Amino acid sequence: MTAVAPELGWARWRRSWWYHATFYAQTWRGSVVSSVLFPIFYLASMGVGVGHLVARHHGLVAGQSYLHYIAPSLLATTTFQLGEGESLWPVLASVKWIRVYHAAAATPLEPRDILYGKLSWVVTRSFATGVVYTAIIAAFGAVQSWWGLTLPLIGALITLAFAAPLTAYAARVESDASFTMIYRFAFVPMFLFSATFYPISSYPGYLRPIIQLVPLYHGVALVRAAAFGQGALPAQLAHVAVLGAIALAGIAWGRVTMRRRLVD
Amino acid sequence: MTAQDGARDIVLEAQGLVKRFGSFEAVRGVDFAIGRGESFGFLGPNGAGKTSTMRMVSAVSQPTAGTLSIFGLDPRAHGPEIRGRIGVVPQDDSLELELSVRLNIEMYGRYFDLPRRVLRERADELLEFARLSERADSKVDDLSGGMKRRLTIARALVNRPELLILDEPTTGLDPQARHLLWERLYRLKREGVTLIITTHYMDEAEQLCDRLVVMDSGTIVAEGAPRELIERHSSREVVELRFGTDTHDELHDALASHAERVEVLPDRVLLYVDDGDDALRGVHGAGLAPVSALVRRSSLEDVFLRLTGRTLVD
Repeated sequence: MTAVAPELGWARWRRSWWYHATFYAQTWRGSVVSSVLFPIFYLASMGVGVGHLVARHHGLVAGQSYLHYIAPSLLATTTFQLGEGESLWPVLASVKWIRVYHAAAATPLEPRDILYGKLSWVVTRSFATGVVYTAIIAAFGAVQSWWGLTLPLIGALITLAFAAPLTAYAARVESDASFTMIYRFAFVPMFLFSATFYPISSYPGYLRPIIQLVPLYHGVALVRAAAFGQGALPAQLAHVAVLGAIALAGIAWGRVTMRRRLVD
Repeated sequence: MTAQDGARDIVLEAQGLVKRFGSFEAVRGVDFAIGRGESFGFLGPNGAGKTSTMRMVSAVSQPTAGTLSIFGLDPRAHGPEIRGRIGVVPQDDSLELELSVRLNIEMYGRYFDLPRRVLRERADELLEFARLSERADSKVDDLSGGMKRRLTIARALVNRPELLILDEPTTGLDPQARHLLWERLYRLKREGVTLIITTHYMDEAEQLCDRLVVMDSGTIVAEGAPRELIERHSSREVVELRFGTDTHDELHDALASHAERVEVLPDRVLLYVDDGDDALRGVHGAGLAPVSALVRRSSLEDVFLRLTGRTLVD
């Protein structure tokens, strides 16, 4: 056997990225069809159907037709769901039930390589999904600015802001008992109340600061601003900073929980 | 360790190795050295500290105290490099159940940065070795327990390791699957691969290990070749007597004069003797009438019982 030369960290974690990509290549078929058909059905139903009702009673929403208003938020909620969906159960399965991360930890990979490989793969998927969604949203006429080209990047950031802390959390728990609670009491309300379907100005004044504490709200605000080319740049950078801080904190936490779980 | 170690090519050496989890000390200062090409066993009951020791010698978990050298390298500083030269067969197979047998090997090989072309060739070889060539495209979920185990071993060999670490390789397998697996491990041994095996089956240890340590409660209580350990810690033969009563304890004194040592277990009494048949005649001559009597050679089970006062498999 030849000795393995000392390597750079990135050279190792890209092996884990490749592993996830290969796994996905074996199992992707169902998910691609739904990821194209779902947004079209959603926009047709919510945008056109509900939009018709909104137009009759209310006219425009924040200067947009209702269809155009909600179309970008679909990108935010989808990338959010991708982030959480790839994190809780799949991670717990990998560290506890099937233990494929333990198998990976017996190779030259370090726990952080396994973490980075996983997160970078989820972000890659999110970006690809973002490209498809941006095209569909544009086809419905809701992308009205060149800033719209940043939508897939924003989607990737939203995914990472959820995937990183949730992966860190799933790597440290012993059972999935808490996951269902997180779903019911965090994810579902977050999906519904992040100004997803109507402007934050629809809420009474005292509720607005609370909505602003919800991570997904910052994602929804960002995609809308990018699609319409509206909103002051500093405010958008603040949204990016909030999501970026959550992502970085999640990665730092994940390095600790992955190490504890895999090598202690 | 003995003087002969100086002449051997040492692959792995541990001194005063300790693993603590909070206040629990799983491994309490163990010393051992393993030579190249050797097949080395860790024998002990569940909870003896075998798995914790295995995780340290696979350069996965860090020792809490003590020194460990693998291929002459310190795993604290050279973990990835050391792991690149080791193969690990964990207790649970940890295979990708949804993927094919072949892909499980190829994808794992990518962790070692092996090129795809090389992996395709190696997967062919390893599937042949593991007698899984015909199942190459089956989903792992559809394999039997023995097949999964062989696939896990094949996967662990994808980087052509110099050292293969197997944690309880045959636990849960039927006798036929065990023998096939042992036979494959012999072949690896002949090819010069150093093997480290943990087991709580004494027959497995006797079959596979050139040398072994007996572990109990985080410490090593004996070390040597299987035959050597039996000679040192047990008699040549053992007479197993069953009396069909609960009064085995009272029989201890009556039997003591017929054996070098008497061991009373809940269901039977063991007489450690040089000549079993002779001792059995003595027992009958003294008017004792066991329901059943069996004369056999001493095994590692007896060594373990002698050293720890407990049986290996409950």
